[in-house]
Amino acid sequence: MIAAEGVEVLRPRQLKDALMMLRVAADEKRPLVPMAGGTDLFVTLNAGQKPAARYLDLWRLDKLRGVEARGKRGLAFGGLATFTDCIESKVVHKRLPILVEAARQVGGVQIQNRGTLAGNIENGSPAADGVPVLMAADANVVLRSLDDERRVPLASYYTGYRKTVRRPDELIVRIEIDVPDGAQWFEKVGTRAAQAISKVVMAAVGHRVAFGSVAPVIVRAHKLEAYVADGGRDVAEAKRLVGQDVSPIDDVRSTAEYRRRVVENLVAAWLPSLGSGPAGLDKAPASR
Amino acid sequence: MKLKLHVNGKKKSVEVPPMKRLLDTLREELALTGTKEGCGEGECGACTVLVDGTAVNACLVPTCQVDGCDVQTVEGIARGGGKQAARLHRLQRAFLEHGAAQCGICTPGMLMAALALPKHAALDEIRAGLAGNLCRCTGYMKIYDAVAQFLDGERP
Repeated sequence: MIAAEGVEVLRPRQLKDALMMLRVAADEKRPLVPMAGGTDLFVTLNAGQKPAARYLDLWRLDKLRGVEARGKRGLAFGGLATFTDCIESKVVHKRLPILVEAARQVGGVQIQNRGTLAGNIENGSPAADGVPVLMAADANVVLRSLDDERRVPLASYYTGYRKTVRRPDELIVRIEIDVPDGAQWFEKVGTRAAQAISKVVMAAVGHRVAFGSVAPVIVRAHKLEAYVADGGRDVAEAKRLVGQDVSPIDDVRSTAEYRRRVVENLVAAWLPSLGSGPAGLDKAPASR
Repeated sequence: MKLKLHVNGKKKSVEVPPMKRLLDTLREELALTGTKEGCGEGECGACTVLVDGTAVNACLVPTCQVDGCDVQTVEGIARGGGKQAARLHRLQRAFLEHGAAQCGICTPGMLMAALALPKHAALDEIRAGLAGNLCRCTGYMKIYDAVAQFLDGERP
């Protein structure tokens, strides 16, 4: 049982109605929390967290569903695209196979069927499995309000632990990626492949590298990236630099020390996949 | 809120708070207690049901989101029932034949998750399809045996 009594849910059928509801809520300063598949939200409610007074149910906004190819290397994910949509999409398999790999490790099938990429992003968990892949692929988050639309690079979407740049009147309507060249690499380290929340996640596209579970937000490894983009391949130096990019903590799933060691080991395992030239120029997209 | 849905092929209408979990609506409003609550956090899969043919955790779905949907629970898979002797579904018979249940709490969820799998599934597909369903008694081999037999899939 959860405290469902007295909670109001607005259920628009059209995107413009949803945006209007968010606008009114923002103007009246009456919080309205967007809800997609509910897989994160209901975990917190079931654990006893008090529900918000009002939710905006997005589930009927069918225009936000699905994944599309854009141009020669682009992908556009609707605001309600699920992990299952990613797993079943031929074009995602072809252009960003590490997203398929990541999606398969998000919970079980039941979660993959309901959990959305946009929810994974907006919920802001530092342990989100899909987000490091999107971030390493230079994804942009498309935020729409009643009167405008803006694109925010995912790498600058987070402002702090579970805090994002989304204004209360905005909704994630799309996630766009122009998949960069370069070898793709993904590794999730957890207690079990399926169903386990990660201890460390690393994703790389060419020299672009993102980590999950090693900082208050998902992060890009800027120092490491600059080094390998310049052709640096020394394992010891790469390990030293990535150590400055991450700031892991002790928590219920692991310790800071363990996470640091795993990050270094993942970098050592990843480096050889880059080849010797400047990263990102000499390899076609391919899964390991 | 008032909403209409099909449950195991029958039209139902319920009046519940929109954020009431589908799990609670099934158990408390519709007296379908075959769907179990295990962990309440999407880890164990005991509450797995099919919504429009798709496996979901009923503990993570607000009832308002199944308005107008087709919901299938474990009660709906056998034929007959009531005064008439129920004829078990082929998947249920496979579970019996292989001894794929011990305490039984995970079984309804296992059955529903298995029903969402494709025919002739490879063993890896069966494993991945049931990765969200935990059994703490039997281990998984007998369950995989039963599901593989039902799907005419790859045997462990």
